[in-house]
Amino acid sequence: MSARQVELPDEQATGALAQALAAALDGGLVILLHGELGAGKTSFARALLRALGVGERIKSPTYSLVESYRLPGGTAWHLDLYRIADPAELEWLGLDALADPSALVLVEWPERGEGALPPPDLRIRLDYAGGGRRAELEAASPRGARLLERLG
Amino acid sequence: MDTSDFSKPVLGIETSCDETGVALLRWQPDAPGRGLLAHVLYSQIKLHADYGGVVPELASRDHVRKLLPLVREALAQAGLAPADLGGVAYTAGPGLVGALLVGAAAGRALAWALGVPAIGVHHMEGHLLAPLLEDDPPAPPFVALLVSGGHSMLVEVKGIGRYRILGDTLDDAAGEAFDKTAKLMGLPYPGGPALAKLAEQGRPGAFHFSRPMTDRPGLDFSFSGLKTQVLLAWQQSDQSGQTRADVARAFEEAIVDTLVIKCRRALEATGARRLVIAGGVGANRRLRAELAAAGGREGFRTYFPRLAFCTDNGAMIALAGAIRLAHGQHQDERIQVFPRWDLESLPAA
Repeated sequence: MSARQVELPDEQATGALAQALAAALDGGLVILLHGELGAGKTSFARALLRALGVGERIKSPTYSLVESYRLPGGTAWHLDLYRIADPAELEWLGLDALADPSALVLVEWPERGEGALPPPDLRIRLDYAGGGRRAELEAASPRGARLLERLG
Repeated sequence: MDTSDFSKPVLGIETSCDETGVALLRWQPDAPGRGLLAHVLYSQIKLHADYGGVVPELASRDHVRKLLPLVREALAQAGLAPADLGGVAYTAGPGLVGALLVGAAAGRALAWALGVPAIGVHHMEGHLLAPLLEDDPPAPPFVALLVSGGHSMLVEVKGIGRYRILGDTLDDAAGEAFDKTAKLMGLPYPGGPALAKLAEQGRPGAFHFSRPMTDRPGLDFSFSGLKTQVLLAWQQSDQSGQTRADVARAFEEAIVDTLVIKCRRALEATGARRLVIAGGVGANRRLRAELAAAGGREGFRTYFPRLAFCTDNGAMIALAGAIRLAHGQHQDERIQVFPRWDLESLPAA
């Protein structure tokens, strides 16, 4: 599976990566966002949703656990499983809709929902790098691999 | 056939997110708090061994198994039977769809079985009206600062259902910033209250963090960037116990200053002279002291409802529901929830 690494020295760089990903997106996708607290998972999710045309407030879903947004081609779901102690708790989130292949699904702290989440297409790992961040993108399905190819 | 009798108690059910809360309230327009007959939360009940002899360890948000025992507990506390109820109020949104459906289905079914009206309540309206449960409640118009793990909002309250969102967070809520910053400095999550306690030992001026979005007009908040500021300062420090307290103090001052600046601006923008502080962060001592001092200087009055009414609870839902039922509003027999629901779209009562 293909993978790549992108340096994100500042917010503009994060925005540029989000723009490129949004342009390469073709229908739905399941993206798992890995990284420590404060590594920029929510900031990246926000930048991607903005790039896809979401005009409303994109708040951290840490407390609400899940937020949804309407996109031109379907629905976007933004999940944060930080406060989930057991994957069985995901039952209360009403996640059946995530299986919709046209949905864009962004999951922070996906390791806490193992077994209860739809299969991923793309994994993005965010790390601290100097004053900025580094992103590693790794395809996890043929759909994800095609996306990374289009990303160029 | 619905029969409305508002000398009878209203059952309030809250299941929008983490907490399962149930309350019984008899509507008394002159002193709503005195009409509160019972007020139970699952998280508190768990602490009591008298919960049927067994203390069940149920998963977070398992409202299905928690709700009916809580309803029975509330009725028992008030010495009432289901047939004594005059109406049922449940949180219909915003929140988690699966969680909301539990309260709505149980509440609606109970009302149908008893032949009494039911009403779906907006969770945030519950928070905004909760201060009315206290003695000497604030009369509208007032400004409410709602600060908790999930919210950082300034709302103008002109009357029941007449709400205007003046400001909101663009990213993290204030309580979330406290909890996550505490975690970044090695305290167990959620460590907001522990961080605030640590800040009491911090020396003023040892560190300084920015007051986000106070250098421009507007009433929105942004607390996400503070996390990174604190983390960098912490990583570059000697990480001693005193340094941890110093960083905690500077962080708390940054949050509190920001909140106070925005509250003063909101009062100025609306002309209101009453400020209600609700939400779990409302328990923060520095925030309380700074706002009370600002009120003394600038001639506005501050209201701090007790913490039990600030965090998610059934009493605020019973109150908001009772007010709306008393104004003749109620739902039809469908079970409907609204995971996303605009507070400003509510009807006036």
